Amino acid sequence: MNAEQPLTKPLSLDRRIFSHAMSAIAVLFTALALLPLLSVLLEILRQGLPNLKWEVFTNLPAPAGDTSVVSGFANAIQGTVLMVSIATAFSIPFGIAIAIYLAEIGKSGAIAQTVRFVLSILSAVPSIVVGVFAYAVIVLATIFGYRGFSALAGAFALAVIMLPIVVLSTEEALKLVPNHQRLASAALGANSIQTVFKIVLTTALPSITTGVLLAIARASGETAPLIFTALFSQSWVEGLLNPAPSLSVMIYNYSSSAFPEQTQLAWTASLVLLGLVTVTNLLSRLITRKR
Amino acid sequence: MATIPSQSRNIPESIEGGNTAWIDLGFTWGLRILSLSAIALLLWMGWIIFNAALPAIRQFGWGFLMRQEWDVNQLQFGAQTYLYGTIVTSAIALLFAVPIGIMVAIVTSEKFLPGWLRSTLGFLIELIASIPSVIIGLWGIFVLIPLMKPIQSELHQQLSWIPLFGTDTFGPSMLVAGTILAVMILPTIAAISRDVMLAIPQDLRTASLSLGATRWEMITTVLIPASLSGIIGAIMLALGRALGETMAVTMVIGNSDQISLSLLDAGNTIPSILANQFPEALDELHIGTLMYLALMLFALTLVINMIANSIVKTFGLKQ
Repeated sequence: MNAEQPLTKPLSLDRRIFSHAMSAIAVLFTALALLPLLSVLLEILRQGLPNLKWEVFTNLPAPAGDTSVVSGFANAIQGTVLMVSIATAFSIPFGIAIAIYLAEIGKSGAIAQTVRFVLSILSAVPSIVVGVFAYAVIVLATIFGYRGFSALAGAFALAVIMLPIVVLSTEEALKLVPNHQRLASAALGANSIQTVFKIVLTTALPSITTGVLLAIARASGETAPLIFTALFSQSWVEGLLNPAPSLSVMIYNYSSSAFPEQTQLAWTASLVLLGLVTVTNLLSRLITRKR
Repeated sequence: MATIPSQSRNIPESIEGGNTAWIDLGFTWGLRILSLSAIALLLWMGWIIFNAALPAIRQFGWGFLMRQEWDVNQLQFGAQTYLYGTIVTSAIALLFAVPIGIMVAIVTSEKFLPGWLRSTLGFLIELIASIPSVIIGLWGIFVLIPLMKPIQSELHQQLSWIPLFGTDTFGPSMLVAGTILAVMILPTIAAISRDVMLAIPQDLRTASLSLGATRWEMITTVLIPASLSGIIGAIMLALGRALGETMAVTMVIGNSDQISLSLLDAGNTIPSILANQFPEALDELHIGTLMYLALMLFALTLVINMIANSIVKTFGLKQ
């Protein structure tokens, strides 16, 4: 454009003000949205890091008010790992099987559409409602002569929460497998089981792992469905039919404690839990990026 | 193309014997039944909660929604306080999170910033969604409440003639709960709105800009109207989350069993009362009442999510 022959009129003042004001607001709001994240991370590091000693991973929580022993939450880690593992062991085979049906067999048929819809609804059911469900099914029922809060009930609730995440992400992963691989497998005489297990699942394995890791990360942080299913305990996990401690419920219980050393422990547990969740999340991203 | 000689000895038996068809059929049906069990799971959940709620449904009927008293000893229960708190906190959350979320979506979908910065921003905002809500609650107790206490007191002193700010605060309040909910649902609104905006054809933007619109005129007159239904879907999904969010709210709302018009007062929500009272519930009617509340929450979020899903689905997006 020539300086002597301006092809454009300068923008009128009110339009210019509108443009600049909106840009300023947009940047301001985005900064505002980031603020809580930074604040949470900073506070967890500030409050949790000083107490992050080796003992927190090996010791039991000290009795309230007792500052003579080094307090830890090894039992809570144990309980979380136990319940998430059981939930994973249930939800992964179920979830992957359903995903295979949705992606390989049902596709856009009526059954598959309904199942997909139900799963998206299931993934949006508040986790506390899933907890209520587990409470009614397991806590209120008598199992092997035992009735009450149990690790099993907690694991059941977590499995229900994980299932839709595993299915929906696995289905996406399976859809990404190129169709000519299936055709090639079938052309070589493989039946559908061989095609699915030897070709499709192996190809999609990294993305499936991503979805599974996301589900595990999500389940590890869940609190609401555990408060009245697994409850909590101050000691080691005694069995599947006994109340079990977990990191998240411990954070909740200690958050409003009158003893400062317990709130300190809650911060340290938050640091560990967030670290666990974030590492799992990042790991899942790395796996898909590699492909 | 050469045809495979049928007399070849290397052909696996499964083809000759026709076993493949049976294996396929069994495989298909096995998986189909497993898939149907997902539907059964949802129905089972509804049925179990409904059945457990039955004593309370028989006792209180629809009047439960309008009753306000909550007395565990006398076994007199009403849902109004919790329904009110749930709706008010979710409304506050939307009030804060919708404008901010849409702005974040615009900033991360339009070319204001270099690409790497846009994707980093998007990633960081979505990171909030992966923080366990109990940790957000802990942060709420020790950072947000002290931060908001002077703001709340100031609101009361300046605007006490508005009933919403009619009482002074002692820290935990519905306003704080709403704010923390806003933080938690912001990623949902931002991420889905951004996906919707990115799905709007580039031609529409270019056309608007070439007619002389500034970037923001293009955004307000073309982009937002075109993506409006998707944005509404995102807001509905976020609302569904806000209604059901438990831990963070329970930790900062103050858990009072009184309805107060003032947002600076403590309140309670359906998820909070469930989290607080289930561990100690013993009486059948008490348990039944809590189940009734859970059933209401279940139905409420089900309806909202169905609507949201159907809106979002028309855009061909995933959650």
